[in-house]
Amino acid sequence: MTATTPAIEGWFTTGPEPALIGSACTTCSTVFFPRTAGFCRNPACNGDEFTDTELSRRGRVWSYTDAQYQPPAPYIAPTDPYVPFALAAVEVPEGIVILGQVADGYTVDDFQVGDEMELVVETLYTDDTGDRTIWRWRPVPVEPVETKEA
Amino acid sequence: MSHDVAIAGVGMHPWGKWGKNFVEYGVVAARAALADAGIPWADVDLIVGGETVRNGYGGYVAGATFAQALGWNGARVATSYAACATGAQALDTARARILAGLSEVALVVGADTTPKGFLAPNAGERYDDPDWLRFRLLGMTNPAYFALYARRRMDLYGATSEDFAQVKVKNAKHGLSNPNARYRKEVAAHDVLSSAIVADPLHLLDICATSDGAAAVILCSVEYARKHGLSDVRIKAISTVTPTFPNTVIDMPLMSTESSAGGVPEFTFKQSIGQAAYEEAGIGPDDVDVAEVYDLSTALELDWIEDLQLCKQGEAEQLLRAGDTTIGGRIPVNPSGGLACFGEAVPAQALAQVCELTWQLRGQAAGRQVEGARVGITANQGLFGHGSSVIVAR
Repeated sequence: MTATTPAIEGWFTTGPEPALIGSACTTCSTVFFPRTAGFCRNPACNGDEFTDTELSRRGRVWSYTDAQYQPPAPYIAPTDPYVPFALAAVEVPEGIVILGQVADGYTVDDFQVGDEMELVVETLYTDDTGDRTIWRWRPVPVEPVETKEA
Repeated sequence: MSHDVAIAGVGMHPWGKWGKNFVEYGVVAARAALADAGIPWADVDLIVGGETVRNGYGGYVAGATFAQALGWNGARVATSYAACATGAQALDTARARILAGLSEVALVVGADTTPKGFLAPNAGERYDDPDWLRFRLLGMTNPAYFALYARRRMDLYGATSEDFAQVKVKNAKHGLSNPNARYRKEVAAHDVLSSAIVADPLHLLDICATSDGAAAVILCSVEYARKHGLSDVRIKAISTVTPTFPNTVIDMPLMSTESSAGGVPEFTFKQSIGQAAYEEAGIGPDDVDVAEVYDLSTALELDWIEDLQLCKQGEAEQLLRAGDTTIGGRIPVNPSGGLACFGEAVPAQALAQVCELTWQLRGQAAGRQVEGARVGITANQGLFGHGSSVIVAR
């Protein structure tokens, strides 16, 4: 019997509106992603307690690239032959820039720096326990009212 | 009080892909530096090795490994690791003991043997290691990080693939007659642009290779240098700064930045590396005659030029296009040929930068000499928050 589970435990929620899970320091309110515990990394804060906080699901592209060649292990390619994928660094309103693969079906030609992206959860690879999922960034369709200038 | 130390000698083992034990390379570089200084190994009272993490236990204790290979002489020993900044940290350790009067002559040496292809983490499953996770969760290779920075230059400053290619063309030309360079061949912009795209927008020839190689520097007190009539090249600053919170520019190998919500520091991490070096040396960017920067990619050279304040943010392409960063121009960058001609040998690379500047300042950089160079600066950065910038002057 196989199941769909995150490729890493406790980094993001699943369901129709998935979100990354960060940690907010209960002393200085600084938000960290990935989650942290034990000590606050703000040098002006001695806090040691954190609460989980779901990060905004939308942000703006800080930069982007792709992986034209198959990355080395421990990356696990989901397909053979390898299919290149895009990567984006997206700044969320919490002021954190977060890397992620770009959702299946999109390439670097589909967005640019400053464009809006939305978090989705998709399958990263499949192992003997089933599909292992990961967060990804998906371009938010631009409202079709304006014509984009070249 | 002066914080100067003297560079008594420098030496390298040529960069290449020889597949030999890293210790052999290190010994060749160390002996070359000793010969250059005219100092016998028996007179060295401190050895600092640059650690290599891909060569087993001998690599972890590189200082002692080189000391044994050269023949135990009873010298004090240290080993440094700061990823790509390893060499600067090793130099800083040697300098500190010399300035404290605890050592007189130090040999600093770094050497590496590297595997083929993308640098990947060591084997094993490590869900608490960001360097492992970035490969497992994202397939995020080193070139992908370089590509993020390159793409930002394009979207923010109007840089083009042709600009990036011209960095390679320039560095290939610079390195043509460098006997220690691995690649000594002219490259045309067309060659770069027609090479395969590895990580958009970077082509294969925009990205530096990994190499075997070794570099060594002999440091001594200024008094010792004067007494023995040694070279008048001095180290004026070694910046090994860490970032200032919050570090809001994404850094290899991390998957996220710290939050900018509470405000950002005056300098980004990379800017602070050079800034600290200038402050320590008591000089400014206008005083610099030549720079050796860490061109892991062609585009990254342009970032460093701005981070070292050799021009304003967003203007490095103009310098490049005007020929200012070419030998003969206003501020030559990477006269050695840079990583474009060497490829990266991690623990040796920051030392190799210092070797090049030493030759430049002595007027011994045959075929690539920056005429009249008196002040040089290096820049690079190691994984997990290691700054590296060295200022040398004569």
